[in-house]
Amino acid sequence: MKIPQEIQIRLLREMLRIRLVQLKIESLYPLDEMKTPVHLCIGQEALAVGVCAHLTREDYISSNHRGHGHYLAKGGDLNRLIAELYCRETGCSKGRGGSMHLVDRSVGHMGSSAIVGGGIPIGTGLGLSIQMQKKNRVCVVFFSDGAADEGVLYESVNFAVFKRLPVVYVYENNQFSVCSPISARQAGENIFHSIAPHLMLTRKVDGNSVLEVYEAAGVAVDRAREGLGPSFIEGKTYRIRGHAGAGSDVHLGYRSREELAAWESRCPVASFRHHLLAESWISEESLAEMEKMINAEIEEAFRFAQESPLPCGEDLLQYLYRE
Amino acid sequence: MPWSKIKPEWNEPDFLRESRESQRILSYAEAVREALDQALALDSRVFVMGQGVDDPAGMFGTTLNLHKKFGPGRVFDTPLAETALMGVATGAAIGGMRPVYFHNRPDFLLLAMDQLVNHASKWCYMFGGEVNVPLTVWACIGRGWGSGAQHSQALQGLFMHIPGLKVIMPSSCYDAKGLFLSAIADPNPVLVLEHRHNFKHRGLVPPHLYQVPIGKGVLRKRGKDITFVAVSYMVMEAYRAAEDLAQEGIEAEVIDLRTLRPLDEEIILFSVAKTGCMVVIDCGWKTGGVTAEISALVAEKGMEFLKAPIWRITCPDVPTPAGHTLEEAFYPGKQEIITAARELLGRKRQIHGEKSENLRSWQSDGHRSSHPA
Repeated sequence: MKIPQEIQIRLLREMLRIRLVQLKIESLYPLDEMKTPVHLCIGQEALAVGVCAHLTREDYISSNHRGHGHYLAKGGDLNRLIAELYCRETGCSKGRGGSMHLVDRSVGHMGSSAIVGGGIPIGTGLGLSIQMQKKNRVCVVFFSDGAADEGVLYESVNFAVFKRLPVVYVYENNQFSVCSPISARQAGENIFHSIAPHLMLTRKVDGNSVLEVYEAAGVAVDRAREGLGPSFIEGKTYRIRGHAGAGSDVHLGYRSREELAAWESRCPVASFRHHLLAESWISEESLAEMEKMINAEIEEAFRFAQESPLPCGEDLLQYLYRE
Repeated sequence: MPWSKIKPEWNEPDFLRESRESQRILSYAEAVREALDQALALDSRVFVMGQGVDDPAGMFGTTLNLHKKFGPGRVFDTPLAETALMGVATGAAIGGMRPVYFHNRPDFLLLAMDQLVNHASKWCYMFGGEVNVPLTVWACIGRGWGSGAQHSQALQGLFMHIPGLKVIMPSSCYDAKGLFLSAIADPNPVLVLEHRHNFKHRGLVPPHLYQVPIGKGVLRKRGKDITFVAVSYMVMEAYRAAEDLAQEGIEAEVIDLRTLRPLDEEIILFSVAKTGCMVVIDCGWKTGGVTAEISALVAEKGMEFLKAPIWRITCPDVPTPAGHTLEEAFYPGKQEIITAARELLGRKRQIHGEKSENLRSWQSDGHRSSHPA
């Protein structure tokens, strides 16, 4: 499949934007003004971007605690994301959620769960709602290898296959649950790769190659729209930063410097940038211009967040119920 | 069915309803089923899911043959995967549907706690009101015929603890329909906890669509001597106890809470202000449960009304035994309530007298000065 130049440039722009937002968060995090545990997805941008490139605003996603990339790739409002990290009233969750609980209903992001695996059945249920209302939508469920430890994945995928739900399960295998490597937790490759092809499409892709992700997701999303049921895409990637907070955690010793360096050299953003330059599909000048514009947008978002009001203690009980 | 041997069918007491448009009598199961039938017909977003909702028993008759009327797309069986299916129901609710998820027993809800407590109940608050979860979850407390420790738990105390989750426990056929319709129409997660013994009732149920408000208790019997605050099936036991006590000249007031969360504090405090003493009666455990919460409420906000200690009647803090002699010892009923009322009224007279004495001597000893004004 030949992916048009225009789309490829957009993929790069989206990945770069997510990366730059996170680097900015990381640089300011030590100031302790963002009083919420951030889980950065640096190094994992290709999965969110390559998948969400196929989605419309009406499509749904279900996200997790490491969800800044999903939120932005789906079109979530940047100002409201940063304001949420500053726990402001103008945040996407009005300062009630924090970094792990992002939402933007206007673009089909229906909320992210910080219980590992918790978003999987909810995304499956969103798929059921699409099917029951006969809407031309799909739901993408993003989850990690930690969630693949959970039984709820098995339960949910079984139901989706049984009902032929328009759901795409995107397994972001970043190889770590906090400090535990996947090799210490799972016996072998995920059981759904062994499912009969007529029941569900499964794919394993390089999660650091946005083009591979884009191609596989395109097939999966089309199948879902055509009523052919769910798909299961595993993208192997790597969590470059520590589990939570800013900076490297390589000093903790649960992974080697060599391993980290090897994956850093496979950076999905840098490698794709290199690819587009080599193809002469983008110039250094236009890349610099792109980066400048993104940085201006980020500066504005942080200013918006920092100047926004904090929620009032008096409003503590608000939003428990929808009236 | 062995169930039929546990408890005979009986007609509910006439609770002197104000609007008696209909004299129609239905069984409890028929009342619940009619609510579902009408909700499914009224609103295309409503659907019914759960293990066995389309089987020949039809969830004690509450979902019987609804799949034939509304089709398998709207009334369907589910895998036993309670965790995932509670999440699926939550997701479907977020996506604009109105799921009604049936569980045979509250015991099985424990498998779904992650989705019910961590997700459905928190989704609205956690996202600043951006997304709501119009979900109804239904479960029926078992009792008798050796159901034992894992098929007869009354876990309302556990669920009542959760902010964001509404918990209703009807006791009459009329409320079974009206509260269920309110639950389905509510834009928030509502847990409907039924009791197997209620399914032996027959009572007045108007044929039209009506709602009973969530969060409002009701007086089943007026009285001035003692307040019975009861939940679910225990309302009937309390009512029958009150009728017997009336023969002795004791006027007990019987409150049917109907909703545990949000709790109708007013109806409890208003009654205790009048009677000065209270027996709280639940079909669940004692420690940290429904009776504890209601007792704390009265201790916090109605201490000055009390003329005797609060008395709690619950199941003892052990798992439900299977053997029938032990079952008999496990479940309290009318007789325990009568005994409690007699004892408490005796104490009320005694303590009230003593209290007045003590108060006088306490005041004259100058204790008051130790309290800063």
